[in-house]
Amino acid sequence: MDFLVFQYPMITVQACLDGILLGILFALIAYGMALQWGVMNIINIAQGDLVILGGYIAYFMYLYGIHPAWGVIVSPIIMYFVGIAIYKLVINKVVDRDLFISILATFGISILFMQLMNFAFGADVVLANSHYGTTMLFDNNVVLPNSKIFSAFISILFAICLVIYMKKSKLGRAIRATAQNARAAKILGVDTEKVYAATFGINAALCGVAGALISITFTIHPYMGLPYTIRSFMIVIIAGLGNLPGVAMSGMGLGVFEEFADYILGTEFRIGSVFLLLVLILVYRRFKLSRKREYLK
Amino acid sequence: MKINKIIISFISAAVILLSTSVASFAKVVGDKIVLGAAISLTGKYSSNGVHTQNGYNMAVDRINSMGGVKVGGKTYKFDIIYYDDESNPKRAAQLAERLISQDGVEFMLGPYSSGLTKAIAPVTEKYGVPMVEANGASRSLFTKGYKYLFAVLAPANLYLDVAIDLAVEKNNGKPVTVAMAFEQDAFSQDVRLGVLEAIKRTGSKQVIDDKLPKELNDMAATLVKVKQMKPDVLVVSGHTKGALTAIRQISEMKVDVPMLAMTHCDAAKLSKQHGKNSQYALCASQWHKTLTYKDDFFKDGMTYDADFTKEFGYAPPYQAAESSAALLVFKDAFERANSFDQKKVRDALAATNMQTFYGNIKFASGGQNVDKPMVLFQVMCDDSGKCENKVVAPTKWASAKLIHPIPSWSQR
Repeated sequence: MDFLVFQYPMITVQACLDGILLGILFALIAYGMALQWGVMNIINIAQGDLVILGGYIAYFMYLYGIHPAWGVIVSPIIMYFVGIAIYKLVINKVVDRDLFISILATFGISILFMQLMNFAFGADVVLANSHYGTTMLFDNNVVLPNSKIFSAFISILFAICLVIYMKKSKLGRAIRATAQNARAAKILGVDTEKVYAATFGINAALCGVAGALISITFTIHPYMGLPYTIRSFMIVIIAGLGNLPGVAMSGMGLGVFEEFADYILGTEFRIGSVFLLLVLILVYRRFKLSRKREYLK
Repeated sequence: MKINKIIISFISAAVILLSTSVASFAKVVGDKIVLGAAISLTGKYSSNGVHTQNGYNMAVDRINSMGGVKVGGKTYKFDIIYYDDESNPKRAAQLAERLISQDGVEFMLGPYSSGLTKAIAPVTEKYGVPMVEANGASRSLFTKGYKYLFAVLAPANLYLDVAIDLAVEKNNGKPVTVAMAFEQDAFSQDVRLGVLEAIKRTGSKQVIDDKLPKELNDMAATLVKVKQMKPDVLVVSGHTKGALTAIRQISEMKVDVPMLAMTHCDAAKLSKQHGKNSQYALCASQWHKTLTYKDDFFKDGMTYDADFTKEFGYAPPYQAAESSAALLVFKDAFERANSFDQKKVRDALAATNMQTFYGNIKFASGGQNVDKPMVLFQVMCDDSGKCENKVVAPTKWASAKLIHPIPSWSQR
């Protein structure tokens, strides 16, 4: 136990800001997961690996002398097609099946991706430097790397664009209709097959953006995908499906919670505390549901 | 009765067949001494696994071309059977079993990493197969009473205690305050134990003791604490990703600390990825090319560096150098034992006392090398942004003077 956080009030500010910036990035990944979970009823275990692949795209641009921030545009375009390819090869065969089968299938894709990335890019930890510098606040007591601010800003931008797209465009409406009732949508002339492919592609593209941002702010490694899958899974569970503002809020909340757990309990409990939170929330949900059920009876 | 006889003769025939087939595979075939090694050629350790393999191969070629190994008046050449352990401890143990019981290998070279060595050591111990390993530094390897395990490298607890001593020395012998951030894995925690001992020995004080998660890529929280507590030394160990993450976030968050000491900077190619931001970092290393150790095969560090670069197209990290040294140790032991009897070779290995280009080698009873100190180098950059690793401690080998304290970010 450490109470540094109470002795130095500036640490509290720092922890909140760090957590929020981190959370926004997580929320972007979780957003993609929620979308495809809601539309196709598929839990994508390979989510984190798509993120890492997106990161490698930005890293290779950086290697060839292009500023890695351009990865935010290039990476989602490439990843969109990767997503469609995965859908055509694997996902369309499991999309109407049991949830368990889709988990197994995406788990397989995850392993395949890890090994392929390791084979193609090597097992070295890599990162792309943005040279964005640092913002100092409150008499230099709070420091925010500009790369983190940039990441959060881009994440919000993409999220807003997506929300508008889903509301206004034809494909967006088709996606929402399919999510509500796939059979009815089909009867009314929506090509659900196309909708599914596009949804998976959009999810992969969002992962691509997040990956490019992660290569700028953190590090990339072929085997680092799983923590991102787990975090986004958690955010979606906490927020509930089809609850986009909820995803953003729970993403930020989780980020702040993690930071505080780190300061108060110690770094070793950072991830563990997130799992504890998940259990507590699930228990609370169940408790609430059972009360509702009693009431209905 | 008759059926019984048939069964017995069948079984004995099978046993004889089996034993001869094993014998025909045995370690010394014709003029070849066959060594076995499980190496991580795929999976998360694959880059260092390849360094290890290149180091082994380089030494095999060199020893063979310079006359081989002389045992009992006959000259033998080295040969290695490699298997890919996929960076997986379970697989490594299986492969060790297979090398010994199916391929009949009687002498082994170590895998890459402490974790995999830990998985293989019980197997080689069970069969009494001498193993010289070059890439498992975890202290727990040397406290289990293994008789057939020999490591040419210094154990993990010696990696960074030099840094604490150095900080105390720079502080005019007065105790210092230390911030520690170590990953939660066997190796880094051993490094931590060594640092703790040094802290106790010098009467210093630890102000931060963070354990970083395995999937570490963010240590901002630790660094914020460092900013507030202002320790004299910050010690970080978390393999390559720890070193890269630390430098990235220290430079981004403008954390000023008089001394920064880390492990795995060589492998992380810090200065290549971070350029001038990595300047002044102290890195613990098993070996550096400027050290003046010598042997007959590779001459010295500079020559090894040049030869290795010519053959493999990149400068040798210490993982490659120590792997090459393992072969030199084997050759020396075979010749002194003058036999291929495993017990005799084991005793000869235990009595090793030699110098190689990589350093002096002399094993303690636990199997660790006690005759080779760790070196600390400091990343130093010139004005054009070109960075180099210069040895600064211990003073005997130093090729440059330690820059202390590290200039603050506002002055850089």
